[in-house]
Amino acid sequence: MEAAALPRRRRRDLLEQRRFLAPALIAPAVIFVGLLVGAPLGLSVYLSLTDATAGSLTGDFVGLANYTSQWDDPNFRTAFRNTIVFTLVANAIVILGASILAHFLVREFRGKWFIRFLVLLPWAAPVALSTIGFLWIFDSLFSVVNWTLKALSLVDQFNPPQWLGEPNKALAAITTVHAWRLLPFATVIMIAGLASIPKEVDDAAKVDGATGLKKLWFVTLPLQLPIATIAVLFGIVFTATDMAVVYILTRGGPFNSTQMLPMWAFQTGIQAGSLGPGAAIALFLLPVLAVVTVLMLLFARRVEVT
Amino acid sequence: MPLRRRDNLLTWLVVGPFAIVLAFPFYWMLQTSLKSELDLYNTENVPFFFGEGSPTLDNYRFLFSDTQYAHWLLNTVLVGLAVVVITLVVSMPAGYALARLSGRWGQTLGVGLFLVYLVPPTLLFLPLSRVIAEVGLQDRLASLILVYPGFTIPFATWLLMGFFKSIPRELEEAALVDGASRLRALVRIVFPISLPGILTVVIFTFSLCVNEFVYAIAFITRSDSKVVSTGIYTELIRGDVFYWGALMAATLIPSIPLALLYNAFLDRFIAGFTGGAFR
Repeated sequence: MEAAALPRRRRRDLLEQRRFLAPALIAPAVIFVGLLVGAPLGLSVYLSLTDATAGSLTGDFVGLANYTSQWDDPNFRTAFRNTIVFTLVANAIVILGASILAHFLVREFRGKWFIRFLVLLPWAAPVALSTIGFLWIFDSLFSVVNWTLKALSLVDQFNPPQWLGEPNKALAAITTVHAWRLLPFATVIMIAGLASIPKEVDDAAKVDGATGLKKLWFVTLPLQLPIATIAVLFGIVFTATDMAVVYILTRGGPFNSTQMLPMWAFQTGIQAGSLGPGAAIALFLLPVLAVVTVLMLLFARRVEVT
Repeated sequence: MPLRRRDNLLTWLVVGPFAIVLAFPFYWMLQTSLKSELDLYNTENVPFFFGEGSPTLDNYRFLFSDTQYAHWLLNTVLVGLAVVVITLVVSMPAGYALARLSGRWGQTLGVGLFLVYLVPPTLLFLPLSRVIAEVGLQDRLASLILVYPGFTIPFATWLLMGFFKSIPRELEEAALVDGASRLRALVRIVFPISLPGILTVVIFTFSLCVNEFVYAIAFITRSDSKVVSTGIYTELIRGDVFYWGALMAATLIPSIPLALLYNAFLDRFIAGFTGGAFR
């Protein structure tokens, strides 16, 4: 009698504790995040609807004027277009490279530790610092890229390309840096995906006679798709919202040709002091992020099912 | 075994070029950082050789004696450590509660917290820079310590949730049966067992702080309050004068230890990642 009652009471105590304990343990995190992310986000929306300038946190309500005037601004248009171009091109390169690299890096091979260290470098190094490295790599006079191209006689000896000084080349340079930086991270996520494929699937595929390309196409790729999508979605968010690379390489120049949304928001909102328009520019990113978020949720759920 | 050897070779043939491309900028930083001023601008010796006066440690000496670099490193470490402490204090209980104590709503909350991590500083720095100025924290490291948990807490909570889920329930239940309270079981049993996971979170949280650029450049303009991610670029590059050797030394120094740590903790990171919201 007593022996049976005891665990029941304990369970009930636990449940009561749990009802109180769980919210109490989670609350600080929720409050912190609400204050540091939720509140500023709301403030940002409010500011974007006013003509607030630096030095104040309020302004007169101007409706959607900041949004419409930005939409008509040629610099904003360039920034908007560039943000999309950087993001799409860099992520296309990343996903292709990462799927190949991950496929080989899950294997055991001699010297794996060293190779993995080299591959991880671009992800581990602070982006603002490695981009300074690229500033030197793309230097106007001593670029190692140009040195190589000259040695291979691929470019004019006396008039080499100015990687950061010509609009299209600067765009290519920025995209390269983004792709270079994101590749290791995407690879790691893909490795995580490959590692989570159960061994039984492998064995079943073997029994069914699926090997090589066939196995890759019918077994590995479909199973890898959800996690690959997550890698891409992360990649999109990281590229579209990063300011460090453009800030350090070109500051949006030459002549605003490599402008992108975060950079343009910074220059408008902080350097020029137009808080309202600046906030509006940054918020143009929100719909993109919202779509990405929804997709991510859908895929996260699907991964959960498998 | 000839087949194994062929496999090894194939792997190297694919992985090798990737590794070279990805690591090249760091080789280039290293080489540049060891060059004398004279040698640096001698195109004969670019990019693989050393000429007169090289290799030398002069650039490193210059960096530490004639610039505020050491100061920025110290600032970065201070901010990083403070943020790590705040993050752990807030995230460990939350991560545990989300992993064990909460039901359905907890799972939704977990995913929600993770999504907050995707709200970028780029969207928030404008209003936050006004708020920071308003409360008088501009040009102070405290501004960064206050704001960084906004992205480290969601990240850490989510990763910790993954680690806690992988701990067998029986261990804490045994302690509960022995009469320990749940909080006691948490501190005495769960946290010590999860030490490797917690260490992983410490490292990745710290590196998120070192990486951050937007807040650091928007909030801090006084040179002795800067952190490495902004200080090197804004202070060591003056107009058209580039101290390339010193710049490359400055970028290399924080990168290498971080990469070694990443490499050492990568497998645990992957375990936490797949054990978290996506499982």
